Amino acid sequence: MACYRLVPEWNTEITTVQKVENMARSNGEADSAVAEICARHAAEEGPVLPILHDVQAHFGYVPDAAIGEIAQALNLSRAEVYGVVTFYHDFHREPPRSHSLKVCRAEACQAVGGRDVWAAARTAADSGDADIDLEAVYCLGNCACAPSVQLDGRTIGRMNVERVSALFAAGGRAGAPS
Amino acid sequence: MKYYISCDSAAVSIGANETADALARHAGADAVVRTGSRGFYWLEPLIEIEHDGARIGFGPVEAAEVPDLLAAIESGDFESHPRYVGDIDTLLRDQGQCRLTFARCGVIAPTDWEAYVAHGGSAGLRAALENSGQAIVDAVKESGLRGRGGAGFPTGIKWQTVHDQPATPKYIICNADEGDSGTFADRMIMEGDPFTLLEGMAIAGVAVGAEHGYIYLRSEYPDAERALERAIEVAREQGMLGADVLGSGKAFDIEVRVGAGAYICGEETSLLESLEGKRGLVRFKPPLPAIQGFMGRPTVINNVISLSTVPAIMAQGAASYHDFGINKSRGTLTIQLCGNVARPGLYEMPFGVTLDHLINDIGGGSVSGRPVRTAQIGGPLGAYVPASHFDTPLGYEELAEKNAMIGHGGVVVFDDTVDMAQQARFAMEFCDIESCGKCTPCRVGSVRAQEVIDRIIEARDTDADITLLRELCDTMINGSLCAHGGMAPYPVLSALNHFPQDFGVAEPAETA
Repeated sequence: MACYRLVPEWNTEITTVQKVENMARSNGEADSAVAEICARHAAEEGPVLPILHDVQAHFGYVPDAAIGEIAQALNLSRAEVYGVVTFYHDFHREPPRSHSLKVCRAEACQAVGGRDVWAAARTAADSGDADIDLEAVYCLGNCACAPSVQLDGRTIGRMNVERVSALFAAGGRAGAPS
Repeated sequence: MKYYISCDSAAVSIGANETADALARHAGADAVVRTGSRGFYWLEPLIEIEHDGARIGFGPVEAAEVPDLLAAIESGDFESHPRYVGDIDTLLRDQGQCRLTFARCGVIAPTDWEAYVAHGGSAGLRAALENSGQAIVDAVKESGLRGRGGAGFPTGIKWQTVHDQPATPKYIICNADEGDSGTFADRMIMEGDPFTLLEGMAIAGVAVGAEHGYIYLRSEYPDAERALERAIEVAREQGMLGADVLGSGKAFDIEVRVGAGAYICGEETSLLESLEGKRGLVRFKPPLPAIQGFMGRPTVINNVISLSTVPAIMAQGAASYHDFGINKSRGTLTIQLCGNVARPGLYEMPFGVTLDHLINDIGGGSVSGRPVRTAQIGGPLGAYVPASHFDTPLGYEELAEKNAMIGHGGVVVFDDTVDMAQQARFAMEFCDIESCGKCTPCRVGSVRAQEVIDRIIEARDTDADITLLRELCDTMINGSLCAHGGMAPYPVLSALNHFPQDFGVAEPAETA
């Protein structure tokens, strides 16, 4: 089944050696940064999501080493924290690319050409070498200005095939409303 | 001269920042006031000025058009300008809009406390503080307000249950996980008039005896998060939140929690799990969240619009709110009209407007110019209503009679190029992707349904597969734990019943 919600399909070229290096690098870094983040949220009710958001903001993703750290700090099992990380679409377990492009696949965008925008984005992501993580999302709340995409957190409305292809051609640097 | 222009993220997504920058360059930064959006998205970027006590609009205005427009305004001869819209209040009135919940959205700067109070803000909370908790609950009951998130449960009855619980602490949780496609009212009010939501939550807190509130906000709304955080800061400075709410001696404070991209967390029990830091798996009910909710404590969970409507009810009286609407649908509905429609936007109207009037008269028909074929109402779990049923008035029971639901008030219009078999397939694909996985009818049923619909599209043994699809839908409706699996069949069955030809079925199908 094709589920384009999760990014790793485009990240498969990361080699095992790179993964081990990433992990080794993040292990040392994780120790202090994760401990500090956990301490900051210690007094909150249900702190796991706020902690994971901060960890991802710090590292760009949730490193494996952080899962054990968080579990220890909150007196949870690693499995419980792992379960939370993997349940939510937002949390990524590998380093992200330089840019993130979220394309809305939901009905309001479909009604005005959203299916074509998504197809063009997939084609561009599959065939080009743009440093962009492509993700499907289901509604950005921008339905009255559809079709919509979100580039690095910034929503762009009235998208079309040409503009989304141009985004990839420009390597994710463009995107001003036109 | 002040120029008002929206900072709403949808307006910004089509160039409002560029237009505002051009305004600041040509008229001076002090002359530009960034507001929320009026909801006239076909006119965004919309610029408003004050003239003879009225707000006059011009739109859509691109950045390059700003100097020409400013020259026309300064000359006083602006009525002939091609971007002239006219008096905004007249436009709202002509459309039949009645802005109670959205009274200030698009009018004032979102976190300007003085403007908020000057436009009637905080009056609802002040009125509530003069009453007992029970009197507030009674007023909400009398207003007829029902949950605007989709379920339509009477808000006052939910509050009564929490009010009557002896256990403490109690919590007020705002469900701001607005994930339904075709809905953006929550986002608009959080970005455009966030104090109203905070005020509504404070009233709920005073009514049921809760001192802490959470706003569970979806992560797709970074601008709303910034607006809410800033509004909470200002509300604390102004004493609307904190240890002594507006000098009443009662405490209430609010925290924003951001979700992590899971549609299912808009389901209230899944939201509670997520807020507690767990996987967003739905809970069995009972116990109701009103009795054992967040951290096992009595909890009010209401949608953004439900809570944001409470201040108007308290300020103007329950009876005045109840006067609007039809039958058991009282007050106003914040309709979000979008999809293939000429004038997409936010329309706050009394319940009872027909789909035909909404889509064709107010909305201007399809933007493509082709005939409108159907509209999906109430989000991805809502039914596709065919154009032949557009005489249906918008109301909870009125739509239920047509096997449809009002949901959060989203109306997504499609023209005659839509392939309803593909729409049905998408409904199940979405159900599959966003299923929490706890119950089998939803987790497995949604996958099997895609396979069956694929076979129907390939037209191998259509009759047998249609029968199978109907049986599968029946299992999901009756066997799912929550509305995600329980309602995903509605768009599928409505597509099948109203548009059988798209599934390769010639004869009219039975009605569900």
